[in-house]
Amino acid sequence: MRAWLPRFVRPSTLKRQGVVGMNARNSRYIAAWNRRRFYPRVDDKLETKRLAQAAGLSVPELYGVVQTHRQIRDLEEMLRGHADGFVIKPAHGAGGDGIVVITGWRGDRLRRASGRTMEIGQVHDHVANILSGMYSLGGQPDTAMIEQRVQFSPVFDAVAYQGVPDIRTIVYRGYPVMAMMRLPTQDSDGKANLHQGAVGCGIDLGCGRSIGGVQYNRPCREHPDTGHSIVGLQIPGWDQLLELAAGCFELTELGYLGVDVVIDRERGPLVLELNARPGLAIQIANGEGLDHRIAAVDARLADHEADDPAARARWAATAFARAQDAGHTTGAA
Amino acid sequence: MKRFHLPILIVLLSAVGLGVFAYKVTVLNMPLAPGATSDTWLVEARVRYQPTGGAANVQLRIPDRLPNFAVLDESFVSRGYGLNTLRAGDDRIAQWTTRQPRGEQVLYYRATLYRDNDDRSESEYPGPVAVPDWEEPYRSAAEALVDDVRERSSDIQTFASVLVNDLATATNGSSAAIFADENRERMERAEVLIDLLATARIPARKVTTVPLIDGRRDLEPAVWLEVHNTRRWVPIDPESGDIEYPDNVVVWAHGEEPLLQVSNGTGTEVRFAAALGVQDALATAQRFGETLDTRLLDFSTLGLPLGTQNTYRVLLMVPLGAMIIVFLRNVIGIQTFGTFMPVLIALSFRETQLVAGLILFALIVSLGLAVRFYLEHLRLLLVPRLAAVVSVVIMLMLAISVLAHNLGFERALALSLFPMVILAMTIERMSVVWEEHGASDAITQGLGSLAVAAAAYALMANRQLEHLLFVFPELLLVLLAITLLLGRYTGYRLSELFRFGRMQDSMRREA
Repeated sequence: MRAWLPRFVRPSTLKRQGVVGMNARNSRYIAAWNRRRFYPRVDDKLETKRLAQAAGLSVPELYGVVQTHRQIRDLEEMLRGHADGFVIKPAHGAGGDGIVVITGWRGDRLRRASGRTMEIGQVHDHVANILSGMYSLGGQPDTAMIEQRVQFSPVFDAVAYQGVPDIRTIVYRGYPVMAMMRLPTQDSDGKANLHQGAVGCGIDLGCGRSIGGVQYNRPCREHPDTGHSIVGLQIPGWDQLLELAAGCFELTELGYLGVDVVIDRERGPLVLELNARPGLAIQIANGEGLDHRIAAVDARLADHEADDPAARARWAATAFARAQDAGHTTGAA
Repeated sequence: MKRFHLPILIVLLSAVGLGVFAYKVTVLNMPLAPGATSDTWLVEARVRYQPTGGAANVQLRIPDRLPNFAVLDESFVSRGYGLNTLRAGDDRIAQWTTRQPRGEQVLYYRATLYRDNDDRSESEYPGPVAVPDWEEPYRSAAEALVDDVRERSSDIQTFASVLVNDLATATNGSSAAIFADENRERMERAEVLIDLLATARIPARKVTTVPLIDGRRDLEPAVWLEVHNTRRWVPIDPESGDIEYPDNVVVWAHGEEPLLQVSNGTGTEVRFAAALGVQDALATAQRFGETLDTRLLDFSTLGLPLGTQNTYRVLLMVPLGAMIIVFLRNVIGIQTFGTFMPVLIALSFRETQLVAGLILFALIVSLGLAVRFYLEHLRLLLVPRLAAVVSVVIMLMLAISVLAHNLGFERALALSLFPMVILAMTIERMSVVWEEHGASDAITQGLGSLAVAAAAYALMANRQLEHLLFVFPELLLVLLAITLLLGRYTGYRLSELFRFGRMQDSMRREA
């Protein structure tokens, strides 16, 4: 059957595969395990960062915060100190809006990641826009954060088109249950959003190797722009990443949590963002339903005392590892 | 116990709702279908004025013997007023008096009319009338016209109708043109016709009629002409020359006197409302209910003032629309902009009709979207931008209405009923989705919203359902129960069966 044709699958088949639908996710995971009052911990990136730093989790370093229009005047002095770049982002931004990546100074001008330069006055304007709520949900007044620019690990250079690959891990009641790597493409305009055409790449939780991906819900083995294979890529510092993701549970107390991690060349995995309503595309990227894994975690918690994050990460890596050969054949279809 | 909480609630709600419904149908014989008593009309005249101090005397002309209709029942709502009804020619006058009215005063007269097709128009011939004093050049023109019309008619009735037609189709230079040209208004046309008929010594009089349109609260009284043919008064439409009243026109008052006279009051107005009633069948049911000593009917929607009734007819359909939305979103999986935006759009479709509504909606949203993309360049903050989009949407609506009116496409005038703030929010949301997820997503969701609105409209505009929910509002409890049940649906959405269907190639190995 042609791939673009709508194709119907019986609910009983999906059920057997453990695929979770939107209604089930909303009522069984989000409503059951995510309490409203903990949402600000993930919706406010500044709060997330403070909590993570207090808990000793690795995050991109926070250089400074701009809360009032008065503080914009002192901005240049602060930015001068960071010669090798920084990132300006709104604390309540959504979908990557309002994020400006500066790679360094060129005289009085700032060099952007895209190669163009901007004047300090334009930076002031941008920060003013962030403060007045241009990028926050509902136009609420916001805070601008200045943080460390992540130096991406060269492992992904061949499979990321003009953008930032990140690794999304779903953490259920503290246990990592599924992970995928999101690779930007030309179609997605450098954004790591599967909906816009980024490649979602399933990851074997046992070893941190990619197992082939999907683009627009269609299986693929190569990156559509670079042609480089996306099967069997090893994510550096995988054990550390899993432990980091598991640790975010204590941080937020959210039972169904999406943890977005980037890999820094020197510091390894860093928590970039947390999400209290992670989507279901991860199942498509991994070619597997979430439900069986979640049932395994529930069963584990039913007869075990709560472990510490490291133990939870180890348990997940063992329990959800793929058979040695299976990982390399997925995506061949 | 917690497990059974919701099921028990659902069973309870359905049982109460269906129980009351069954009681009303089987025991009280309330009609299940709309229009079971089609020729019963509830007509309401609402008088409103602002007292200027001192004793007030309100005189409203009300019908006495109507052609084609029988007054089954009438009532006067006027707290703190003394009421008299006086005879005045062929009509009556309701006279309300009070000593010290304060604040805005509202008085109601309601009549239940039953169409019996007895025209009651026989009356004694009042005798030939005096010729009016015309001034030149009207005098000779009137005489020439009367002579000309007399040539082409056989009796009084045809004379009058030929005269009306001559005025309606007067060409330049004809003797009728001088009377037709400057008399565009129906009222003035009727007065000129009375004078012209008097020139031929034919008695004629003005009649104030009210058109009966179901569910309207602002009916415009219209003037008709009655010509006496020595046996009876024959009604003639002063504009078209049609003889006899159409079915949906009721005569309210005769003669020159104004409908409403108020002493010591300003800002006086009288408004008419009409509703095609289930009143008659329900009145029977209500009388029957009294013998059973049930209190149920005291708390019925049918006892509310007519304007309020008409509002609730619409409002009671909203829960149905909302339930459809729940179903289409959570079970089918159609994406829409704004949760209940489609219900509001569907409500406005009731006025514009479906096809015109869909076209107008698409037109406004796409034009608004274009403006919104332009505003993007100006880098405005969210709330001012929304306000700007609202202003632009209203200007677009006005422009489309004016254009459509000039092109004779009157249906587009109902555009003003579109919820413009909701439209502006839709445009805003759509442009955000457009930018963040691409055009195809935005258009898919836009079409989804329209499809849902159309589906909601199909149900909400259904007269049978409207009747059921209005006469049996307890059915809302059943709707509520169904909504609660849908709220617990955690299965797959139909759209997900296709979404996950595409990945079955890579899935099958795992299963």
